[in-house]
Amino acid sequence: MSDTPDYDFCASHDFYGHTACPGCGEKILYRHVLDVLGPETVVVAPAGCAAVTDGVFPHSLSPVPYLHVAFGATASAAAGVRAGLDMSGRENVTVMAWAGDGATFDIGMGALSAIAERNENVLYVCYDNEAYMNTGMQRSSATPRGCWTTTTPASRLKSEPKKDIDAIMAAHRIPYVATASPAFLDDLKAKVERAKAIRGLRFMHLFSPCPPGWKSDPADSITIARLAVESNVFPLYEVYEGERLRLTYQSSSVAVSDYLKLQGRFKYMSEQEAEDMQSAVERSYAALKLRHEKSKVCL
Amino acid sequence: MNRVMSGNEAVSQAVKLSRVQVISAYPITPQTSISEKLSEICGSGEMDAKFVKVESEHSAMATLIGASSTGVRTFTATSSQGLALMQELLFWVSGARLPVVMVNVNRAMAAPWTIWCDQTDSVSQRDTGWLQFYCWSNQEILDSVICAFKIAEELLIPCMVCHDGFFISHTHEVIDIPEQEQVDTFLSPRKAEYKLDTSDPRTFSGGTMPNMFMEFRYKVQAAFERAQGVIDQTYKQFAQTFGRDYRAVEAYYADDAEILLIASGSAASTVYHTVRQMRESGRKVGLLRLRQLRPLPVEGVLNHLTNEATIAVIDRNLSPGTGGVFTQELRAALHRNGEDCCIHEFVAGLGGRDITAADIEKICDDLDNKTADPAGINWVGLNR
Ligand SMILES: Cc1ncc(C[n+]2csc(CCOP(=O)(O)OP(=O)(O)O)c2C)c(N)n1
Ligand code: SF4
Ligand SMILES: [Mg+2]
Repeated sequence: MSDTPDYDFCASHDFYGHTACPGCGEKILYRHVLDVLGPETVVVAPAGCAAVTDGVFPHSLSPVPYLHVAFGATASAAAGVRAGLDMSGRENVTVMAWAGDGATFDIGMGALSAIAERNENVLYVCYDNEAYMNTGMQRSSATPRGCWTTTTPASRLKSEPKKDIDAIMAAHRIPYVATASPAFLDDLKAKVERAKAIRGLRFMHLFSPCPPGWKSDPADSITIARLAVESNVFPLYEVYEGERLRLTYQSSSVAVSDYLKLQGRFKYMSEQEAEDMQSAVERSYAALKLRHEKSKVCL
Repeated sequence: MNRVMSGNEAVSQAVKLSRVQVISAYPITPQTSISEKLSEICGSGEMDAKFVKVESEHSAMATLIGASSTGVRTFTATSSQGLALMQELLFWVSGARLPVVMVNVNRAMAAPWTIWCDQTDSVSQRDTGWLQFYCWSNQEILDSVICAFKIAEELLIPCMVCHDGFFISHTHEVIDIPEQEQVDTFLSPRKAEYKLDTSDPRTFSGGTMPNMFMEFRYKVQAAFERAQGVIDQTYKQFAQTFGRDYRAVEAYYADDAEILLIASGSAASTVYHTVRQMRESGRKVGLLRLRQLRPLPVEGVLNHLTNEATIAVIDRNLSPGTGGVFTQELRAALHRNGEDCCIHEFVAGLGGRDITAADIEKICDDLDNKTADPAGINWVGLNR
């Protein structure tokens, strides 16, 4: 055996299929996002379900170059790929970071804020399944209040609300921030299309159902994603330059409890907590709506 | 062209001459002036490179992981706390076979806070799969950085070039800056066989199972076993191009020495100075200067061992519970090679304390008088 890597050092793309659980939102999202971005794309991904289920060496399902990086290294590594491609005359290639909520909201937050402040020409996508799923469903700062995880057990449910990552990213005044859902694929694809055409840091926050982590039926993943949008738990919108906000879907007024009840992770929530969640959701949606109306006036 | 410059500026000149394409670094004393100078020469267009201004050393190394994976030449510099913050990614870089080159300006590890020199920062990274070089002059820094790119890219193993904080980083010396054309003949652009390329899409560093991980590691080890040959060959070419000769172990007055001192970095230059003085008064003292910790230049040391010499290593670093790292490494390596000589261990100069000529003479006196502990740590200049 020689000491230099053979060609089998890096996995080839054999499309043998992914290893994610049935009903995994992340793989649906990934497929549609890549469909829009096309072959002139490089993916950078940290530890997490997405990376693990892309395939075990020497297999990989991704049809584009794919760089695995350490858990907290996504944003900076993506900026590095960008710098390297730019220095080699490959400015046309899209660099997409593809990271979970733990990698984004928690361990990689400092680095993400830094590439936003520098407005690096990177598309950063966070698929958000609201916990550390790869390590077995521990809380992250994306986990909602009142939710069960293995580190917020029934005896001590999560008592803090979900971190508002979209507001944080918009506050960096980057060119584009958007939320999207696998239940609204046209909306998702239109946003990826827009993001692809913009230069600078684009941040997309994707709602990503996870049956084992959410204690839900794999067949319900898209229904749950739809209910999250319709109940305004996960509203669909986009923000340009940190200012102009546009709701891209006018939800009907489904009760939050309808969203909660399909998921075992919320079953320990008290009625009071569920009511509190309903009013918190209403308050934030009203604020979004106000900004949406104001942005229209500004146009 | 001869110019007077600091050790840190010599680094920046070497990086420019090596035509690095992506730089990422974060300020920390005593490395900072490297980042500043490189920012300046990248900003002014004097150098055609992108300097990514990150928010931490972890991100500096992460940035280079991304950049190096696209096939370009990359560089960073740090010290102490910064190097420790990178540690997770030091393993990553070598495991991913990325030929990143880094300068580490040696500074002790806190707590308590200190900005002054010792080598504990870099020697404690010896298991991360990086080649490690130690310099004693500004000329050697410039030359070593240029060589490091050639060596790293040949082996696909990252290289760390170390020099002592303040003692070297901030000391000005006359150095010969080679012409760009000369460097270009010695160091050609990086040719990456494996890179992120949309026309040949591949996946890098994905999950492995127990049935394959060991083979990845075996290859890294095999590259280290080949490294000394590549390094020696690089020095030969370097000497042909630039007329300056380097080797892994440099011997001074070693052949007939009754006391053979082994040291590295700026401490070695004080030993060299002292040895010359002692020779004048007839004492048979010699010096082996180690220029590498990884790979440990065992052969270079073995070549100079004699039965007559009492051997002592001066370590400006400490692995608590064990002792000086160069000592431990040499003891193990010599034993492996069937040598059962006694190696005395002197720990000196931690946290920037001077290692003086008087200290060196006292070490020699203690060895002569057999008052030095042959087994335990001999602390130099410790106020007990
Ligand atoms: C520095 C470091 N700490 C912890 C881990 C263990 N770890 C791997 S993935 C992960 C959680 C991933 O969560 P998230 O980013 O939300 O992705 P998901 O698995 O949920 O898709 C953790 C904690 C690690 N790999 N590296
Ligand atoms: S645990 Fe959840 S996120 Fe991970 S693969 Fe399964 S469904 Fe997808
Ligand atoms: Mg997650």
